[in-house]
Amino acid sequence: MKKILTVSLALLFSLLAFASISGCKQEKASEDASTKTEVQDTQKEDNKFGGVLVFARSGDSVGLDPGRETDGESFYGSTQIYDTLVEFEPGKTSIRAALAESWTFADDGLSATFNLRKGVKFHDGTDFNADAVVYSFERQFKEDHPAFENGPWKYWGYMGMSDIVDSVVAIDDYTVKFNLKVVEAPFIANLAMDFAAIVSPTAGEKYGADFTNHPVGTGAFKFVSWIKDDNMVFERNPDYWGGDVYLDRLIIKVIPDATARWLALQKGEVDVIDFPSPEDLDAMKSTDGIKVVEQAGLNVGYLALNTEKAPYDNKLVRQAMNYAIDREEIVAGVYGAAGAVAKNPLPPTMWSYNDDIEAYPYDTAKAKELLAEAGYADGFKTEIMAMPVARPYNPNGKKVAEIMQAQLAKVGIEASIISYEWGTYLDKCDYGEHEAAMLGWTGDNGDPDNFLWVLLSKQAAEKPAGNIAFWKNDEFTDLIFKAKQEMDVAKRTEFYEKAQVVFHEEAPWVPIAHSVVSEPMKDSVQDFYLYPTGKRVFAKVWLKK
Amino acid sequence: MIQYILKRLTMLLPTLFGVVTLVFFMIALAPGDPARVMLGERASKEKLEKLRADLGLDKPLAQQYTLYLKRVVHLDFGKSIKSGQPVMNEVKERFPATVELAICAMIFASVLGIWIGVISATKKNTWIDYTSMVGALVGVSMPVFWLALVMIMIFSVHLNLFPTGGRINIRYYFSPESNFYLIDTFKYLFQGHPEYFLSALHHLILPSIALGTIPLAIIARTTRSSMLEVLKQDYMKTVRSAGIKEKRVIYRYALRNALLPVITVIGLQFGLLLAGAILTETIFAWPGIGKWIYQAIEARDYPAVQGGIIIISTTFVLINLVVDLLYSVINPKIRLQ
Repeated sequence: MKKILTVSLALLFSLLAFASISGCKQEKASEDASTKTEVQDTQKEDNKFGGVLVFARSGDSVGLDPGRETDGESFYGSTQIYDTLVEFEPGKTSIRAALAESWTFADDGLSATFNLRKGVKFHDGTDFNADAVVYSFERQFKEDHPAFENGPWKYWGYMGMSDIVDSVVAIDDYTVKFNLKVVEAPFIANLAMDFAAIVSPTAGEKYGADFTNHPVGTGAFKFVSWIKDDNMVFERNPDYWGGDVYLDRLIIKVIPDATARWLALQKGEVDVIDFPSPEDLDAMKSTDGIKVVEQAGLNVGYLALNTEKAPYDNKLVRQAMNYAIDREEIVAGVYGAAGAVAKNPLPPTMWSYNDDIEAYPYDTAKAKELLAEAGYADGFKTEIMAMPVARPYNPNGKKVAEIMQAQLAKVGIEASIISYEWGTYLDKCDYGEHEAAMLGWTGDNGDPDNFLWVLLSKQAAEKPAGNIAFWKNDEFTDLIFKAKQEMDVAKRTEFYEKAQVVFHEEAPWVPIAHSVVSEPMKDSVQDFYLYPTGKRVFAKVWLKK
Repeated sequence: MIQYILKRLTMLLPTLFGVVTLVFFMIALAPGDPARVMLGERASKEKLEKLRADLGLDKPLAQQYTLYLKRVVHLDFGKSIKSGQPVMNEVKERFPATVELAICAMIFASVLGIWIGVISATKKNTWIDYTSMVGALVGVSMPVFWLALVMIMIFSVHLNLFPTGGRINIRYYFSPESNFYLIDTFKYLFQGHPEYFLSALHHLILPSIALGTIPLAIIARTTRSSMLEVLKQDYMKTVRSAGIKEKRVIYRYALRNALLPVITVIGLQFGLLLAGAILTETIFAWPGIGKWIYQAIEARDYPAVQGGIIIISTTFVLINLVVDLLYSVINPKIRLQ
């Protein structure tokens, strides 16, 4: 028995030792091999070409059909494969042409015509044309479309597209017309979103319900393989319409633990990592060979004051709340490096963000003065609802509430904190059962309308409400409605800037913070931009050798 | 023997029925509306109602239960709400990873654990015994995620001996068939590509040690006390008086008799690892079933949670069956009872 034990132990250890040695060797060999291909590529073109980039993220995609999926992780994959008619400028929320070379709205604003780029091919070799555009959209809303049953097409619903789009028609091979039900300027921004990606009809018909696992688009990278919860592999599309793609391959790998991702980056196994722990950021910034790209996220976390309930029906009380709450302390105490103080309902990366507005300073004397003026010289009792879940715009609702509670006590406001299970919490907010409640919003299409209309318009105050301050201000709603109807971006900007002034004066919320997105990576990674809408685009990224 | 196995297999049916029923009601009665959780901040009332109807959540619970039982009998666990893929496929893509890791962790824990246990027992109350048992105590109380991170920090990042995670060098672009990487890569061992198999093995070492530490400690302690019990028996004196060498006495006569409780512990621990590997899987980026089920629970993905738990429980029950059968191999007296 002992012999067997000793032999098996010896065998095991020698096998392990052998494996560790040869494993290391093999990895080196493969690195050598990839360097060789890099050299060949370098000789072929300039030195931007070549290399494999490994992007480590926290979770896997659900699927790769961008019309069907709703989670950011799914879009991380599908964005590489698919293009949209219009797209976001790198690192911005403004829109530029993509698969459509140009577009025009009819004078009455009730239709939009797109001139499509010619000579573009899908990865399966078929032509990109008007029929493909019609297929990609019709499958999401025409119930008799053969691919409709492969849904649910949730984002189409989230963005209210059925209330906007009447039909999508191919005028000729390279012209597509969207007939619209309403005049809606933000519609164009919706078309830059992932769900509006143009898919290959041939592949869609071939794979049916399994198309989500066999994606075929026109994008910078072709899909190669996907091992669930492990990794996805993409290879360069040499015929990409948008010019050179530099990386030979792109690997998107799942490493669920933030510390493990950071260790993998330190060891050099991966090149870019997603969602670092905020407490590691300082160490990352001071590590040789590592840089951190940062940008404010397209979101806002806020405390909504229910204007239908006393004392929040009084503007002075709402302003007093804004003076009494010290956002700097909250951000420093709860968000750390992952947050920035908010003063507007829009995030600072959004076009039309009104930076001229001065934030309410932390001023307890002023708060007390306003409370006295409003008839609450002795303060009042109130209830704050604290979010039970962590979100980028509010990583710890209860902790934020506790800080607020202490701050409000200083001006005589006695706040109690309550919380519920997330589903119940949202229901209570939607039906206005709260006095003051924390919530937040993450933008979808990079259009100000996607924040202001959904969260603060009179229409959104109908129960179940998106406007959980139940703030019904005619001037504000009128401004953002005009901005919806206006196609000229400069004029829209003006409306939105004015609307933010009204919001500031009326103070239906205490805006708390915007998250800050940080993406640590090797110094060798070049031309990587964070997109405010949360996309991770590698089409133009290259590796310094 | 065959009759015995058949008898045991029939006895599985009520157990599995109990598992299915328990899992169904536990999840159905848990707080939280899946439709609400899925739609989150953006839900409208109509959308919520429509989704509830689509998921069959608007039907009475009894009706949902009978429908579910009928499907499970046909091995149809439905489709995951989140991904729309059949639950069975999702499990097939992930469970082998967990099983492979758990088997390697158990081999590590059993071989080393039994060995340490025997040494401690035979050198009772010496420093070897004390060191081993204190080590075992530390092993049991060590948080797995902490141990795993420290191991990565030391052995991967600083000493550069092991990869930080994953199942195989991703730059090999290896595509698995059965999802048991050691099996899938084995055939390439003799086709000029030994690196696949070796890389898979290399990636298994740290996670196996991390996952195996707690079972290792438990097995070592069980082996020690069981060995001490056996060594006290009269028949050990008989064996020794026959002039057989001490090592043979210990490994051939004492250990064999001491193994029964150890095997029970190994079986139970193995079952626990199947569901409890989630921390190790998370740290080592191991694409197994633990994290998948955890996410399914978070998303209130009923079909996925139910199907996943039932499949794991079934495996657990089957492992126990194997353990019982092993008993009768080691100790033929059990078969007679």
